[in-house]
Amino acid sequence: MAAKFDQNDDSVVVIVGSGAGGGTLGNELAQKGVKVVVLEAGKRLDYSDFINDEWPSFTQLAWTDMRTTSGSWRVHKNFPNLPAWIVKTVGGTTTHWAGASLRFQEHEFKETSTYGHIPGANLLDWPITLADLEPYYAKAEDKMRVTRTGDRPGLPGSNNFKVFKAGADKLGYKECHTGRMAINSVPGDGRVACHQTGFCFQGCKWGAKWSTLYTEIPKGEATGNMEVRPESHVAQVEHDASGKVTGVTYFDADGKLQRQKARIVAIAGNSLESPRLLLNSASSKYPDGLANSSGQVGRNYMRHTTGSVYAIFEQPVHMYRGTTMAGIMRDEARNDPSRGFVGGYELETLSLGLPFMAAFLDPGAWGREFTSALDGYSNMAGMWIVGEDMPQETNRITLSDQKDKWGLPVADVHFDDHPNDIAMRNHAFGQGKAMYEAVGATRTFPTPPYPSTHNLGTNRMSASARDGVVNGHGQTHDIKNLFVSDGSQFTTGGAENPTLTIVTLAIRQADYIADQMKSNTI
Amino acid sequence: MTATETTLAQGLSRRGFLQRSASGFTAAIAITSTGALLNPSEAWALDVKGLKPETMKTLILVARDIYPHDKVPDRFYAIAMKGYDDKAAGNPEMKAQIEGFVAALDGAAGEGGYVGRPWEADRVAILKNQSADPMFETIRSGLVVSLYNQKEIWPIFGYEGESFSKGGYIERGFDDISWL
Repeated sequence: MAAKFDQNDDSVVVIVGSGAGGGTLGNELAQKGVKVVVLEAGKRLDYSDFINDEWPSFTQLAWTDMRTTSGSWRVHKNFPNLPAWIVKTVGGTTTHWAGASLRFQEHEFKETSTYGHIPGANLLDWPITLADLEPYYAKAEDKMRVTRTGDRPGLPGSNNFKVFKAGADKLGYKECHTGRMAINSVPGDGRVACHQTGFCFQGCKWGAKWSTLYTEIPKGEATGNMEVRPESHVAQVEHDASGKVTGVTYFDADGKLQRQKARIVAIAGNSLESPRLLLNSASSKYPDGLANSSGQVGRNYMRHTTGSVYAIFEQPVHMYRGTTMAGIMRDEARNDPSRGFVGGYELETLSLGLPFMAAFLDPGAWGREFTSALDGYSNMAGMWIVGEDMPQETNRITLSDQKDKWGLPVADVHFDDHPNDIAMRNHAFGQGKAMYEAVGATRTFPTPPYPSTHNLGTNRMSASARDGVVNGHGQTHDIKNLFVSDGSQFTTGGAENPTLTIVTLAIRQADYIADQMKSNTI
Repeated sequence: MTATETTLAQGLSRRGFLQRSASGFTAAIAITSTGALLNPSEAWALDVKGLKPETMKTLILVARDIYPHDKVPDRFYAIAMKGYDDKAAGNPEMKAQIEGFVAALDGAAGEGGYVGRPWEADRVAILKNQSADPMFETIRSGLVVSLYNQKEIWPIFGYEGESFSKGGYIERGFDDISWL
């Protein structure tokens, strides 16, 4: 049964957030006998609660607490208070994600040597390599039941995939399939196989898609070593005179400030909230925020170079039938500077329902040019671009002058595209358009990036304490018993959807934390 | 002939037009003596409480001009805009903003006002000139949700919506494409 720990129990590990990083770390530690309290800002739902309807689901799941934006990115203009489309519930954004689970490529861990000097980019090599992560990637793929890994078959191809694949074939692309997806292609782990329902972004009502909500979290609770406290919004991480962290304060469901003591604190609130928490925890000892001696907390915010290409055909496609992300084309993921940019990108099919297509196809647009596109909805196919964006020191999370309902400064998200990002996006738009035109598209649309779902890099890993916030295990350079366990650890973003790597790092981090606790190093 | 039959007959007689004209729109939606909007051909009526009925009627046409879909009947635009009447009823400031916005459109349109301009292209030009008005963006950004979030219009676009209760699409055509 789920544990219930005393708030003064200073032997527990407190984890802030229950998504891919926090939920996984919690279960992994609980399995090893470590006592864990997971504090989650959102409510706890059951997957039967999810809604197959885009706006009501958005209201149910999305993190809509105030955030502010600045910079030249179009999200700032169209969605000034919604920089990110991520989730506030138990399970975090693993309820919302599409399921794409791709390993990073070897060179993506050592980019200063691979890409050389890129003006304006704050590139840095990761302190770990692909070889370090490979055994953990395999564990993560098994845990998440990723298709096309182990002995798990791929998912069947939907209409949207078939159009995409035919276009890829026409252009001579070689690596195009229905993806490595953390979606059951066959029943397993007590969960059913995918029913091609669509609405993956709205939470899988079958539980066929991996989410910590109904995998890691109940498994961790079943050990008796893990307690999840929903509606617990962490306000500050506290420390003692020696600088070690001692616990956290949080606002409970009734808005009352509570305190949970801890032996170790691990922050996994995503790349917006995690640096916000460290900055909001500033003290006389740490006036620039916790773990910020490098000045890098909040900096190097990455969101992937994204965009979409939608196309209309003479005949029906019904792209919304089946998984939201139904196929992946990887040929452009390589690093090939002859294309005019470093790094690479994936093309992945995507579909939106009519309500979200109207909101996101060309935000702010109106009139017949726009509505005639929606009139072609049933004949539409779509894909999403996921490419590496350059880390830039000036792309960053800072504390806004606006405050949330508890009086805590909210995150301001500043972002400008790097010239490399723009060159990559334009290349990808061109290739996506060519794929669809090769199979008869009569009209194609470049769709600008949506509010970010891949939020990365704001507490980055580095070998040296001068260059980043955490070491290769996600342990902060400055404070031994303070960890970061989400995508904000990423030194660089890679071309791949980040969740698999977040889970992989969390499994590896759990080994490290348990060892350090056992040896009394922490 | 009853009023409904008359309007229906006018509606039928309009069928020859390639592009729906505003005079057709003016005739299609009548304003009753009690201040309600009445569209007999689509068989709906809308009580207007917070705004002038003429203003509500103009807003419905503005909505169609912002997101024109020729297969979508007026009533869905009316439903999408009804919220402004509700808001205006309890909020004098809001009411003044909306009435002011519509008055500006009418002023730009000249005699007969916005709904009196017969051609969509002319009305769109008026809207473009007013698009810097924050009220325009308020209306557009609200409409993109309140129009397309109506489940009843989804079939017009070929969108099937919720599928879980039907077992998903695994047996219902997720891979039925035949023209590739």
